[in-house]
Amino acid sequence: MSAVITASGLTKQYKSTLALDNASFRIEPGRIVGLIGPNGAGKTTALKAILGLTDFRGELSVLGFDPRKQRDRLMGDVCFIADVAVLPRWIKVSQAVDFVANVHPRFDRAKCEAFLARTKLQPDQRVRQMSKGMIVQLHLALVMAIDARLLILDEPTLGLDILYRKQFYQSLLEDYFDENKTIIVTTHQVEEVEHILTDLMFIRDGKIVLDADMEAVGERYIEVMVNADKAEGARALNPLDERQVFGKSIFLFDGANRAMLEQLGETRRPSISDLFVATMKGTYA
Amino acid sequence: MKTFYWLVKREFWEHRGGFFWAPIITGGIFLLLNIMGIITAEVLGARHGINFGASGGLQRVISEMDAGDLSKVGFALDVAMYSAMGLLIVVLGFVVFFYCLGALYDDRRDRSILFWKSLPVSDASTVLSKVFSATVLAPIVAVLVGIVVGMLQLLILAITLSFHGVNVWEMLVLAHPFRVMFNLIGYIPLYVLWALPAVGWLLLCSAWARSKPFLWAVALPVASGLLVSWFGLMGLFNLPTSWFWSNVVQRGLLSVFPGTGSLFGADGESMASHITNSPGTDFMNLSNTWQLLASPNLWIGVVVGAALLAGAIWFRRWRDDS
Repeated sequence: MSAVITASGLTKQYKSTLALDNASFRIEPGRIVGLIGPNGAGKTTALKAILGLTDFRGELSVLGFDPRKQRDRLMGDVCFIADVAVLPRWIKVSQAVDFVANVHPRFDRAKCEAFLARTKLQPDQRVRQMSKGMIVQLHLALVMAIDARLLILDEPTLGLDILYRKQFYQSLLEDYFDENKTIIVTTHQVEEVEHILTDLMFIRDGKIVLDADMEAVGERYIEVMVNADKAEGARALNPLDERQVFGKSIFLFDGANRAMLEQLGETRRPSISDLFVATMKGTYA
Repeated sequence: MKTFYWLVKREFWEHRGGFFWAPIITGGIFLLLNIMGIITAEVLGARHGINFGASGGLQRVISEMDAGDLSKVGFALDVAMYSAMGLLIVVLGFVVFFYCLGALYDDRRDRSILFWKSLPVSDASTVLSKVFSATVLAPIVAVLVGIVVGMLQLLILAITLSFHGVNVWEMLVLAHPFRVMFNLIGYIPLYVLWALPAVGWLLLCSAWARSKPFLWAVALPVASGLLVSWFGLMGLFNLPTSWFWSNVVQRGLLSVFPGTGSLFGADGESMASHITNSPGTDFMNLSNTWQLLASPNLWIGVVVGAALLAGAIWFRRWRDDS
């Protein structure tokens, strides 16, 4: 199968800042890609370019369409949850379902209603009467009933409590995701998506600084916990990052020899958040 | 087609207050004021010992009328029915004006545009569904409410007169409620065409303004009108300054008020002459009102309106501020 998204030389200039700086990447079908970056790194701009919501320079093909010119057709195959606040406040649950059912050719009403039945949402309830978590439940119910090939989530769980956040990703994995679908998610709550991602992309100042699948990340990056007496030796190997925990030093290496590191101390796969912090060092400086 | 139907339905859901309740409440208030007026008149009359037509005199007057007089009574009753529409038209104008200003702006402000734009609906059909809601849906509801209110108004009038010895049904036969309905409904297509430049301008501002669309929509034409007046620019084209005010400022903003086409359009004079030359006849007659179609003013407005709408669609597609 061909790639879901191919981008080359993606560039977007906002007045004085460069939101995307010659970014190139490729996303294969059946993947869950985490697009992670600090505030203002260009995540949302990249997603908006993919969705045809903004103009840009460079080449971009999404499901074989050019999002600038063929947006209306593209949106038949793409779903999108921005963040929690975007459902119109006046709409009722029943109206939202009716509307999407009648304008979206790939909407499965029964599936949507089955999902809603598992929540506390009432057909007559308006969005303005709902909590943030309930709004996301409604949005997710609408989106999961659409048989789309690409789902884009931009900070979908922002401001939700932990119960809703867990439930959100669990529903996505159990009831939605399969090998024909692709999900791109941006979030700051990296720990929560860590175990569901298949691919990882780091973006910084509009550039893609890391683009790898999770296995490759596990092979390439190694964390070693080193006792103080061996710390000098570890430093000599040019680590990405070093931090102290309980009198021991934890070093993060990129592409170092695993056998050599194992002699220094206990090795393990770094968490995405530690990798992220190490990679983005100095972003706000 | 199905998508368009649901887009319009969505507008109705969102703006039920303006499209549906505003005319109904206005109509209710109109009837209430009438009833209160009648009661006041009756009370005052009774207090001063005047009982209008109690001796059957009024009935006798009617029975002695000839055909011409009777048709005038019928016309007066028709006017009573139109008068119910008068207040509704003003309310409709305000509803459409502010609906258009918010239609492509409110969802950008609360970011729900991101939800609408996540559905496979083209921006052109979104904008056109709003044009349709403003120029067809809202007037149809207003006219239907107006007709019902007009009928009730006739009924109240007839019942009041029946207390004064005038036969109710004989009176109602003189009115032409169906002709009034026909004329009012037949006026809607004219409204669509005449309102187009104003609707286009307001929607364009709504799609374009980053904030305060009302200010932009009103301030731009008024400020340019003031500049034109100040520098006497219209003199360059041998036109009076008032030309700019009536053909640009007024057309761009106030054409959403129904009936302004008949008052200020090219046939405004023929409308006035109709009323002066043959008073007491049906000035809302379609063969009279539809003369507006012969006016270049109308068609130039339609072309300008279409261009403004194309601009609104373009901004809806590319405005990137969410």
